[in-house]
Amino acid sequence: MTIKNTQPLSLRVPEPSGRPGDAPDFSHLQLDPAGVVERPEVSSAPYDMRDHAFRLVRVLDDEGRAVGPWNPKLDPDTLRRGLKAMILTRAFDDRMHRAHRQGKTSFYMKCTGEEAIAVAQGMLLSREDMGFPTYRQQGLLIARGYPLATMMNQIYSNAEDPIKGRQLPIMYSAKDFGFFTISGNLGTQYPQAVGWAMASAYRGDDKIAITWIGDGSTAESDFHSALTFASVYRAPVILNIVNNQWAISSFQGIAGGLETTFASKAIGYGLPALRVDGNDFLAVWAATAWAEERARTNQGATVIELFTYRGAPHSTSDDPSRYRPGDEHEKWPLGDPLERLRQHLTVIGEWSDDQHAEALKDAVEEVRAAAKESEAIGTLGQSRPSVKTMFEEVYATEDWRLVEQRREVGV
Amino acid sequence: MNMIQALNSALDIKMAEDPTVLSFGEDAGYFGGVFRVTDKLQQKHGLTRSFDAPISETGIVGAAIGMAAYGLRPVVEIQFADYIYPAYDQIVSEAAKMRYRSGGQFTSPLTIRSPYGGGIFGGQTHSQSPESLFTHIAGLKVVIPSNPYDAKGLLTSAIEDDDPVVFFEPKRLYNGPFDGWHEKPVSPWKAQDLAQVPTGKYVEPIGKARVMKDGGDVTILAYGTMVWVALAGAEHAGVDAEVIDLRTLVPLDIETIEASVKKTGRCVIVHEAPRTSGFGGELSALVQERCFYHLEAPIARVTGWDTPYPHAFEWEYFPGPQRVADALKSVMSGGR
Ligand SMILES: Cc1ncc(C[n+]2csc(CCOP(=O)(O)OP(=O)(O)O)c2C)c(N)n1
Repeated sequence: MTIKNTQPLSLRVPEPSGRPGDAPDFSHLQLDPAGVVERPEVSSAPYDMRDHAFRLVRVLDDEGRAVGPWNPKLDPDTLRRGLKAMILTRAFDDRMHRAHRQGKTSFYMKCTGEEAIAVAQGMLLSREDMGFPTYRQQGLLIARGYPLATMMNQIYSNAEDPIKGRQLPIMYSAKDFGFFTISGNLGTQYPQAVGWAMASAYRGDDKIAITWIGDGSTAESDFHSALTFASVYRAPVILNIVNNQWAISSFQGIAGGLETTFASKAIGYGLPALRVDGNDFLAVWAATAWAEERARTNQGATVIELFTYRGAPHSTSDDPSRYRPGDEHEKWPLGDPLERLRQHLTVIGEWSDDQHAEALKDAVEEVRAAAKESEAIGTLGQSRPSVKTMFEEVYATEDWRLVEQRREVGV
Repeated sequence: MNMIQALNSALDIKMAEDPTVLSFGEDAGYFGGVFRVTDKLQQKHGLTRSFDAPISETGIVGAAIGMAAYGLRPVVEIQFADYIYPAYDQIVSEAAKMRYRSGGQFTSPLTIRSPYGGGIFGGQTHSQSPESLFTHIAGLKVVIPSNPYDAKGLLTSAIEDDDPVVFFEPKRLYNGPFDGWHEKPVSPWKAQDLAQVPTGKYVEPIGKARVMKDGGDVTILAYGTMVWVALAGAEHAGVDAEVIDLRTLVPLDIETIEASVKKTGRCVIVHEAPRTSGFGGELSALVQERCFYHLEAPIARVTGWDTPYPHAFEWEYFPGPQRVADALKSVMSGGR
């Protein structure tokens, strides 16, 4: 046997800090207190603000006060609208999740714990700007007043389904609301958003694009292609990474989250990055406003990591108690976005427990009324668009094969 | 065993007997995959033998190619066949061509497992049947079992095979046979002979079809879920059909097909994938080339439509037993 002076190598596979039965452990998180991260000039060179990719922009402190340079100083009315939209989003999710249990739809996905993100960003940007969402930004449609009954019609694939029975329940398309059609294939929206933004710049328009991707999906090639294009062409786009800690059963370390922050992925591409408390409505708002100004003033793209926690199961087909500590969400150190905004409004004297109770009741009532309207048209299997629509819009004009195949079905 | 347990058993046995076999994919480690095919493999064989992969199909297959080139036999899972497209370049341009382009210096003995097919209300991105995109590529083997016994035997062979194998698992069959009569109750696998799966190791050869039912009037060629639909369709039509489960599309068991069509004089091909450029087109051409003078009716195809897979019209899209029965009656009366 020959003796070698090298060491045997070993393969590392990352593991989360806790599994079912363990106590939640968040000691690995780097959480700046509220108010301490400085706010760079919007014109800052990415190189000069690298630190922001590793810090955490927070505005609301533990007492519910808005502190520090990122405070967007929103008027109470905007804050109340934000809170109500988050409450409505949660009520909608709860009702639709139940509808799945009752066999009224095939599938549903909640955004519990992440409501501040889509709601704040949906309120802040214009409908003329295009959002390229994932399946967890339903709050954007809700914040912009998209009819809940129309969302449900798609969830039930009923006769009034705006997508004519073709798409999965939660894969909305709402062009007039600045909401691009959702794909089931993860990450594909990211380069598309960059292309849309490039087109706006090419045409000399003033619209910008915004897109979202999950922490897990940042591993897809599309994410990296998008960052290259955004940087090279200085595309007016906001590139959000929603780090909700989990990608189905895989913790964020499997996507590289133990090695560095997701925001810091931007650095290698020469893009500015902000890492933000995603459960803090004010911080989300402020960071998005910063990125918006940068994009609108033709200074290019910003990457924003929104640090949050996916409270609900991944989807109605998932049971998180089988892969993570059961109470991890309850113990999440950044709290609940609804409760934190509620606390803030209460602290500044613009909200009361009675108002809150009433808002909860109103939301449930609004969702119930929409459900009544939609369910009168029908739930899955009870009512649906004409089967003929299955063969339509495959191409802009009809193809003989589809005409023949439609005849075979007899419609 | 059901099909999930049979596949799990094949992996478990191969990992126990061969330290070069490892398994990874999205959610495939700790949790054992969304369909639980890799359940407990991590607990039994260790963290570095069965693990979660980043959501990067390109990375999963590309890394598996590198491992295979080193001398391992990785078995990777693509969570749904619809998500194999991001990995397409690695499979088609790299794995498939490795042996040929390197003059045999490098090979890619990897297995790519993926649940495919519809009938589960999965909408357009959880229902597709992309097999013909791989049968078209030189250098790849394509295997699709239809029952627990074959699933275990064929997966074992795939892992031992020295070429890259694309192994599609009909997810509609995971928990029980499904004959396409979706309004009727589904029976469990345990009522079927083909679910009597030995717990020990065995192999079923890649490249050999299984005659599921002898018959004299017409040959039905099917694979995956459609094997059970074909059997139900023949019964519904009251036609004495010979039903052949191809099991392997590449390499194809042409002898079995040819002998059967020459015997029956008629052929109906059934698959879930869209009709245009589907594998049925290739089968039809082969049968026509080899059995033309024995054919008593034009070859018929029963397939999915040339549309994306629609959510609400699943049962109009899914080629069910009624459509198979109609095709059988049509070929029995000389075609349309
Ligand atoms: C290309 C592709 N691969 C795999 C999947 C299956 N899949 C759906 S959601 C998901 C996890 C996504 O996690 P993350 O990006 O963190 O987003 P989250 O669901 O946490 O919001 C996976 C693997 C898919 N839809 N598309």
